[in-house]
Amino acid sequence: MNAIEVLALTKKFGDFTAVDGISFSVAEGEIFGFLGPNGAGKSTSAYMLTTILKPTSGTAKINGFDISHDPEKVRKSIGIVFQDQTLDSRLSAYDNLDIHGRLYDMPAPDRKKKIREVLGLVELLEWEKKLVKTFSGGMRRRLEIARGLLHTPKIIFLDEPTLGLDAHTRRHIWTYIQKLKQQGITIVLSTHYLEEADALCDRIAIIDHGKIIALDTPSNLKKMLGGQVLSLKSADNRKILELVNKKKLGANARVIADAVSFEVKNGSEAIPGIASAMEKAGIKLESIELHVPSLEDVFIQLTGKQIREEGNGQSDFKRRLVMHGH
Amino acid sequence: MDINMGKIYAVWLREVKRFTNSKSRIVGSLAMPLLFLVALGGGIGSLIPGFNYQAFILPGIIGMTLLFNSIFSGVSIIWDRELGYLKELLAAPTSRTTIVIGKALGGATTSVLQGLIILILGILFGLASPSIAGFLLAIIVMVLFSTFVVSIGIIFASVITEIETFQLLVNLLMFPLFFLSNALFPLDKMPDWLKALSNANPVSYGIDALRTLINGAGSMPFALDIAVLAVILAVALLFAGFLFNRTSI
Ligand SMILES: Nc1ncnc2c1ncn2[C@@H]1O[C@H](COP(=O)(O)OP(=O)(O)OP(=O)(O)O)[C@@H](O)[C@H]1O
Ligand SMILES: [Mg+2]
Repeated sequence: MNAIEVLALTKKFGDFTAVDGISFSVAEGEIFGFLGPNGAGKSTSAYMLTTILKPTSGTAKINGFDISHDPEKVRKSIGIVFQDQTLDSRLSAYDNLDIHGRLYDMPAPDRKKKIREVLGLVELLEWEKKLVKTFSGGMRRRLEIARGLLHTPKIIFLDEPTLGLDAHTRRHIWTYIQKLKQQGITIVLSTHYLEEADALCDRIAIIDHGKIIALDTPSNLKKMLGGQVLSLKSADNRKILELVNKKKLGANARVIADAVSFEVKNGSEAIPGIASAMEKAGIKLESIELHVPSLEDVFIQLTGKQIREEGNGQSDFKRRLVMHGH
Repeated sequence: MDINMGKIYAVWLREVKRFTNSKSRIVGSLAMPLLFLVALGGGIGSLIPGFNYQAFILPGIIGMTLLFNSIFSGVSIIWDRELGYLKELLAAPTSRTTIVIGKALGGATTSVLQGLIILILGILFGLASPSIAGFLLAIIVMVLFSTFVVSIGIIFASVITEIETFQLLVNLLMFPLFFLSNALFPLDKMPDWLKALSNANPVSYGIDALRTLINGAGSMPFALDIAVLAVILAVALLFAGFLFNRTSI
């Protein structure tokens, strides 16, 4: 059985279609990524799958339960870490977890044991009695992950779990996510950090304007672009072009800007051979550049635009903090 | 209806812990009623010789404490929505009815605690001398009245989503409810128009019941007070449950 099956899921806000008929399935134990720019529909999709928003049309099954007909069973079997923070900052870390455990009907001994366990996982044990309003952004995020795991869900939804965190904390959270995978938990992760999707996900759905425009493993997505690209530069680029074509040093050779670019299978292995061939033919190279395709290139190829690395998705949250001084 | 005691307790516990964690809120919300009791009660009282005005308004000031703290507890759902915690509540495998009941009882608990502080101060200052039974009954009346007002707050929080609207609610609803009641003025001395407004005001029934229990000076039948309180509480709670069921993040 698949952990998640989604069929033509759609959400409209008035005339605006935020999520436009997405379909996919996620296998048990998989890390499935939603990659897309701000406003792509990642959070709206997560809200529908976690039964917080009702879909306009379409269906989904989570752990075998229908999101429209069995929302309470769905909720009991999943954990959620929302994009915006949802802790009660006037409670201690322990109390945030304790109340969560009670809301999920966990019996007292089990609840106490699991609270220590998840606080240990995210390294917040010695902070358990402190009020959350004294926590840094990274500590809050870790506490939210702990809370999402407290009731031992089979699937956990992480909506931009590292948004706005520094590189160090981000890597920290990546290790927690990898630990969860080892425990067999299915993970749905949405992000607009390409690096994050690349490092963690077994498969990635690239989502833009509410539609899934590509869905594959990170390496297959990169293969869509062909191989790696070498760019060679000299005083006479025509000679390079002739030699590359004659000796079949690479495919698709053409002059781009003031260099000759062509595709090779493995750039770093090909460079020494190509350099000596050039030397033998009496061509004096000024530079060699190797470009390995990234998910960024895949994204540009598919959407014609760049995904913004530092998104403004957190601006909502920041605005709230300013408004209420919390 | 799908109601779970453990989960009601969870929502209740959150309200109570939030309250006990913020000492400044407790002090702040007691300051205003005490000021009314001491300054207004003492000042106006000196104009009416032979009538213990401070003792008269004590139940009204308790009512005021309950009224403002309870409405605040109810509409705190708006803050929960703004600050995100509502998502945590709505994402839990917990029925909306359970959340409403937990929230109403939690809000009532914290409000009644403050009402009780005023009552005890009143007794210490010799403004009231209820019997043990009267004292205990007064607590029950406070709980009924307060749960009613929290439910009204939840109703508002389910339909208004802007925090800014809250100020409007206080100015256009809560102050009129308080001043157009029997909290500060004896009913038999009121002009007819004010008497009519006061009799149509649910707040008057809660305060009258307290007045009967605390210093035996109520002006309406106690049974009528309780009946009105019970009916408006039931209606408000059902309505709050109904509207909160339709609310979204
Ligand atoms: N309640 C709402 N009412 C109207 N429009 C909405 C609502 N919620 C979301 N939208 C719109 O739906 C679109 C998708 O929003 P969503 O939050 O799902 O994007 P996202 O991919 O999560 O973006 P981000 O990376 O910024 O978090 C956006 O254009 C947003 O403005
Ligand atoms: Mg989002």
